[in-house]
Amino acid sequence: MVSLSINGMQVKVPEGTTILEAAKKLNFRIPTLCHHDDLCVAGNCRVCVVEQLGAKALAASCAVPVAEGMQILTNSLKVRSARKHIIELLLSEHNADCTKCYKNGMCELQNLSNEFAVGDHIFIDLNTIKDYTVDRFSPSIQKDDSKCIRCQRCVRTCEQLQGVNALTVAFKGDHQRITTFEDLSMAEVICTNCGQCINRCPTGALVERTYLDEVWDAILDPTKHVVVQTAPAVRVGLGEELGLEPGKRVTGQMVSALKRLGFDSVLDTDFSADLTIMEEGTELLTRLKGALVDKDPDVALPMTTSCSPGWVKFIEHTFPEYLPNVSTCKSPQQMFGALAKTYYPQTRNIDPKDIVSVSIMPCTAKKYEANRPEMRSSGYKDVDYVLTTRELARMIKQAGVDFNKLKEDKYDSIMGASSGAAVIFGATGGVMEAALRTAYEIVTGRPVPFEDLNITPVRGMDGVRHASVLFEDCKEEWSFLNGVELQCAVAHGLVNARKLMDGVKSGEINVHFIEVMACPGGCLGGGGQPIPTNEKIRKKRTEAIYAEDMSMEIRKSHENPEIIGIYKDFLGEPLGHKSHELLHTHYTKRERY
Amino acid sequence: MRSKHVKRVDLIFEKIECKTVLEKIVGMKPDDICQEILNSDLKGRGGAGFPTGTKWRFTAQEKDPVKYIVCNADEGEPGTFKDREILDQVPGKVFCGMAIAGKAVGAKMGYVYLRGEYKFLIPKLNAELDKFHKTMDEFNQNFRIQIRLGSGAYICGEESALFESIEGKRGEPRNKPPYPTSSGLFGKPTAINNVETLVHTVMIMNYGADHFRELGTKDSRGSKVFSISGDTPKAGIFELELGMTVDQFVNDFGDGDTKAVQVGGASGFCVPRKKFAETIIGFEGMPTGGSMKLFNSSRSMYNVLHNYLDFFTEESCGQCTPCRVGCQQLLKGVEAVKRGEKNSKYLDELVKLAKTMKRASKCGLGQSVGNAFGSIVENFKEEIIY
Repeated sequence: MVSLSINGMQVKVPEGTTILEAAKKLNFRIPTLCHHDDLCVAGNCRVCVVEQLGAKALAASCAVPVAEGMQILTNSLKVRSARKHIIELLLSEHNADCTKCYKNGMCELQNLSNEFAVGDHIFIDLNTIKDYTVDRFSPSIQKDDSKCIRCQRCVRTCEQLQGVNALTVAFKGDHQRITTFEDLSMAEVICTNCGQCINRCPTGALVERTYLDEVWDAILDPTKHVVVQTAPAVRVGLGEELGLEPGKRVTGQMVSALKRLGFDSVLDTDFSADLTIMEEGTELLTRLKGALVDKDPDVALPMTTSCSPGWVKFIEHTFPEYLPNVSTCKSPQQMFGALAKTYYPQTRNIDPKDIVSVSIMPCTAKKYEANRPEMRSSGYKDVDYVLTTRELARMIKQAGVDFNKLKEDKYDSIMGASSGAAVIFGATGGVMEAALRTAYEIVTGRPVPFEDLNITPVRGMDGVRHASVLFEDCKEEWSFLNGVELQCAVAHGLVNARKLMDGVKSGEINVHFIEVMACPGGCLGGGGQPIPTNEKIRKKRTEAIYAEDMSMEIRKSHENPEIIGIYKDFLGEPLGHKSHELLHTHYTKRERY
Repeated sequence: MRSKHVKRVDLIFEKIECKTVLEKIVGMKPDDICQEILNSDLKGRGGAGFPTGTKWRFTAQEKDPVKYIVCNADEGEPGTFKDREILDQVPGKVFCGMAIAGKAVGAKMGYVYLRGEYKFLIPKLNAELDKFHKTMDEFNQNFRIQIRLGSGAYICGEESALFESIEGKRGEPRNKPPYPTSSGLFGKPTAINNVETLVHTVMIMNYGADHFRELGTKDSRGSKVFSISGDTPKAGIFELELGMTVDQFVNDFGDGDTKAVQVGGASGFCVPRKKFAETIIGFEGMPTGGSMKLFNSSRSMYNVLHNYLDFFTEESCGQCTPCRVGCQQLLKGVEAVKRGEKNSKYLDELVKLAKTMKRASKCGLGQSVGNAFGSIVENFKEEIIY
């Protein structure tokens, strides 16, 4: 333990603690900008400088570890003057067009400016001197360099959490910028659209491309029938954006709010998550049969999930040789979209051309996914608009809906019923767990041998996790699986996905089935979820997801009555002709930059 | 009573038989080498003046089996060109110094980080390096040296940015602590020294610490190679005894009309004529990495300052706020004052800003921008305003 004094108060902290953390223990908050709990120390914004008695220079409290006998002042004259200067310098470089900014009221720089009452702007406005253009080419991410404060959180996110390196620092001095390979637009580079950079950008430099106006126009157009689907992770995140504590489940209120916004039908992506399990589980078993019984050398194993569009784009760029391994199943969003303009209007007797399909996602990559040319198998654009959890919260605010006073409501039918297996899609390991719950039962006729169906080995926050399930006493048609131990691996965050795939490539990792979610924690930590994010918040959301699962009457996808119904009335059987037409697709190799 | 003149010295460029020094070193205990350098009171010649012996001892005390020696030959300070000459004239002595450092701290590998513009030296250095490696083989020493080329960024002369550059990353300074002696190149304990410092260690090991201590003052022992430029009839490279006053220096190198001397390049201080007599060139007064630039009355100090600020605005790595934006504000600020768009009081705001930059910047670059700014504005305010 190291003892030091901060503002005259003594504190003892473990060796290696930063001054910033030590001060927090004494309830002194030191302002920060480039610091983020999820990222390595940068120490480049200098907002957190403190005075160390006896030292000439001020110390960046986020970067400097405590030392025995240190005497720290967090609010001395020198500190105050430096901090105010630094905030003013950042503002002088920043396009402080606050009232017109998408992040107005949610900007960390704005908060600091407010806190330090920086009103007089003593310095020269440098922003007018430079010529910036806003990059609006990506359907997911909008990048406005004029609002960038060069804290490099996005660069560290892209490098350390995602291993993508789409964003990088270029040039030096007054020309220093955060940019991409060859300064190409975000739409043209290796960016997976995961939006983790957005979640960590303190200003409005990186924000989602918003489609709020388009959605409002559709809702308010009487000739349109607007259906909305909500992803599993939205229900455990939305509350945060509306003033509730992290980890609050707001499923019923969210449904109620969506109805008040004027959507014609409020449906659930969880329905199509269950459908994904039926298709993907069957696909896995078919691949296993092909490999084990037919000894077909063309069967690609391990099979990987395809629910996460960030992961799909990552593999297209980074491991294209493994594209045959990716499940041909579309993501739940896109399965839903294809059915929303075929099965749904057919059943409800509506002309599909009048349907506008909207999805609420914890994700920015879903915006890109909906725009893929592969995603028009209904004959229309399967999903017209994708909004993030944050955008939905904004809609609720715009419509003046008092969210916290809403009574719980239920999803509409059809395509509104779901199981607990579907809701855990929102957490890392959830797709694996849901798939195992169904696949095991298809093969053996018995539920998975885990207490309360909770396959705990695939849960948790470790970057890469392994689990296995032994098939015994299989049904006759699956007898070739008798004694086979199904090996599974789960990764979340693309940096871990890369580790996992490198292991597969080198032969060190030998598994049958892989689940990858592009975002840390899975979809609940997605790029469209409320800001801020950190491991503590993601854990709370995870707990909420599993609590939601436990609260569901039906816990297994194949027991969802609407799933049974759609196979009976429309699809026929998993991997059947209609499924192939609507619910499956293939992806393409992309460049490595 | 001081002499009116400076004392010329010839140690750095003196041609000696490095093999003899190496032979002596091979038989010595590492700690005895550190002690000899400590006894000499040698301070780093790159400008910061950290005691070399202390640096080596810190590195020697680290337990890591892998350690590195780095020779900082990224001579980028405006007005400094002495390392180029040293590498051109006596490259063997530089390598010899690195071998001494390697022996002292327990490193097996050394890197020379050579300024990109000095690429032309590489054939010569490689030829000399072959000879050096043969000598090491003769003495059964497995210390090896590699040359790495910079790409023209001033910031890469900052030690931790230099490490990043060798490691193949963008040259940006790291947070300190940890310091290079415990975590430097590739995260290993590293002794990084300036070219000239390393040559001094050769001469100290050759002639002994006492011989070195005979020159200079209590705080600034020995001699130093100066790069002299500007309004002087004797521009060039001169090795002089430390501890002279600017007055003595100007008597020997001025053109009779010197109004100011910039000691230490763009990151150094501007000494006006009225302070020539009282200002000592050395660690007790004005430390310098070697750059001495003389200005006569035909020069506009506004232009001098503008030139420096323009340089820093471009050469800041851009990583930390005080340096990246501060430099731009100082530059635009003096321009605005000159044009009359801001009144003269704005200079006071800028002086305060320069203080913040000195205190809050991440590395030596941002911390030293205020040196030139403060000293020029303080002494030549009217030239800035009118």
